[in-house]
Amino acid sequence: MIHAKDINEQSKWQELTPGCEIYEPATASMTITGEWRTMAPAWDPSKCKQCLLCAPFCPDSSIPVVKGKRQDFDFDHCKGCGICYKVCPFGAISFGKEEK
Amino acid sequence: MSKTVEIRWHGRGGQGAKTACLLLADAAFSSGKYVQGFPEYGPERMGAPITAYNRISDERCTVHSNIYDPDFVVVVDETLIESVDVTKGLNPDGAIIINTSKSPDEVRPELGGYTGKVATIDAAKISEEILGKNFPNTPMLAAAVKVSGVVDADKFVQDMEASFKHKFATKPQVVAGNMTVLTRSMEEVQVG
Amino acid sequence: MSIRDRLSGNEAVAYAMKQINPDVMGAFPITPSTEIPQYFAQYVANGEVDTEYVTVESEHSSMSTCIGASAAGARAVTATSSCGLALMWELLYVASSSRLPVTLALVCRALTGPININNDHSDAMGARDAGWIQIFAENNQEAYDNYIQAMPISENPDVRLPIMVCQDGFITSHAVENIELETDEMVKNFVGEYNPENYLLKHENPLAVGPYGVSPYYMEAKVAQVQAMKNAKKVILEVGKKFGDETGRYYGFFESYKLEDADSAVVIIGSSAGTARATVDKLRAEGRKVGMLKVRVFRPFPFEEIAEALSGVKAVAVMDKAESFSAAGGPLFAETRSALYDLENRPKAINYVYGLGGRDFRVEDCEYIFDQLDEIIATGKTGEVYRHIGQRG
Repeated sequence: MIHAKDINEQSKWQELTPGCEIYEPATASMTITGEWRTMAPAWDPSKCKQCLLCAPFCPDSSIPVVKGKRQDFDFDHCKGCGICYKVCPFGAISFGKEEK
Repeated sequence: MSKTVEIRWHGRGGQGAKTACLLLADAAFSSGKYVQGFPEYGPERMGAPITAYNRISDERCTVHSNIYDPDFVVVVDETLIESVDVTKGLNPDGAIIINTSKSPDEVRPELGGYTGKVATIDAAKISEEILGKNFPNTPMLAAAVKVSGVVDADKFVQDMEASFKHKFATKPQVVAGNMTVLTRSMEEVQVG
Repeated sequence: MSIRDRLSGNEAVAYAMKQINPDVMGAFPITPSTEIPQYFAQYVANGEVDTEYVTVESEHSSMSTCIGASAAGARAVTATSSCGLALMWELLYVASSSRLPVTLALVCRALTGPININNDHSDAMGARDAGWIQIFAENNQEAYDNYIQAMPISENPDVRLPIMVCQDGFITSHAVENIELETDEMVKNFVGEYNPENYLLKHENPLAVGPYGVSPYYMEAKVAQVQAMKNAKKVILEVGKKFGDETGRYYGFFESYKLEDADSAVVIIGSSAGTARATVDKLRAEGRKVGMLKVRVFRPFPFEEIAEALSGVKAVAVMDKAESFSAAGGPLFAETRSALYDLENRPKAINYVYGLGGRDFRVEDCEYIFDQLDEIIATGKTGEVYRHIGQRG
């Protein structure tokens, strides 16, 4: 069985799956969509009350929550939309041009 | 190669000409023949003229065109004689079988000079007297078998009884009536 | 042991479906294929099959039903004709590119307009480049036999392509003829169970189908799909041979009828091949060296094999029951003449478009075509290549 991680832009046609089927879940995480980001959020844990409103609003599931506490952003997949910054009631998320 | 017998049916949508054509195919099949039974579809509506065809042979017939030079023609509705050239291409050594109360001599002048056999049967009368309704296809089927001889008459009667018993399994009381229609039609068909 | 019976082409296909007992049927009626879901609905109602019979609101949905069911690992079937197939167009490509072995019974009918319910091959030929295997039947027997062979071909892991089992609307679909049926046991064993390696809800490795394929992947995907169609050739022959070993009725890509020493031949698809066969018999009895090549498998197209079979013929008429509006010939002609190009000594080839919208094709028509081929052989001149027969004027 050919796995998604083994398929890339150098793969020959013989190395694709039939019909481009994908045989495992959550392969979207392998695509680093964070590279598309031009603006970035920043999290200030000192102002954060852990209300967790930001996490479900994130359209890219890029705010990991572990044991009821949000962690820092998953910048591999955050596309920098700024929604979390808009919804945070406590000013704990800032938003600006990313410095890479 | 054995001779293929070709039969053309003329009727009107809803009268059962196609059903009679398929029943004849069934009867010939039961007697061991190779058969074709197929309708020609035009405007498929109640009352519109329709045509159906049979080829019956001892060998498989592969031709898949309509029939232009039939050996026999069966006219299920006599009013079609005015509007359709029912004897077109008809083999003079064959016959035309018409559902009418007229005798063969009376109807022949309407047939465009056809010189072959003309057979008539009053299918409506037989059907109405025995079944109380006008179902012309069973009498016409019986007359077609009798006149054409494509199927042995006795074998045909036996097969049809079995077929009616199967078809009318839920209302066996109508089997006897249909069998009477069948045998009486074979007796009453007039050939001239 | 075969069972002697008489059935119409539609009855024969519905009966084969009953014997196979597929998992899912997407059902939507359209003349002249309506009887197939109609007869099959009776089998469902009588409990003779346990197929999930899904009535939908369009052919777009019946094909979508089959695609979803097939992706989920089910054996999925449907039937359609004419504009029903046209409405499936988008989904035909989804099924083939997703490599889903759906079986479609196509009862061939003209496409509008003018509106017409009768037979020609416009629908099938319109879908010829959709990535489906296409197999055509001359009569009810072949419709039945082809249907039984369809799944062992399409579900083969080296193939995994959807398949269209085509017959001619009314001419065979509504014509009752003698037929040799096989026992339920034979059919069940021959077709077997469908157990795909992967399917949507397989919990060890849940499957995703129909991904987005950006330019760096799309062309590789298409080349892989073509390879599957190439692989189908071998499988079609294997299945046809196995079917023949069990029933006595052997099938290949095409049937060569009295071609061995023929000077002229017609190449033809479907029910009219029976009429051409009768014509060949008649002319052979008169001492004329004529033959016929009846194409059974149109996709994949057997290029080398057809060229080889026609290599000894001096003139050939390729018969198309569909227009392509290339203004230079029909689709079968384009393929056949292309196949002949590689021959050292190729026959002269002409195209006849015939039988559109139910126009009858008779023995007399076929005789006329053989006369034309004789003239080409005698004069050495092909004359007009792209011809029509049967039309007035």
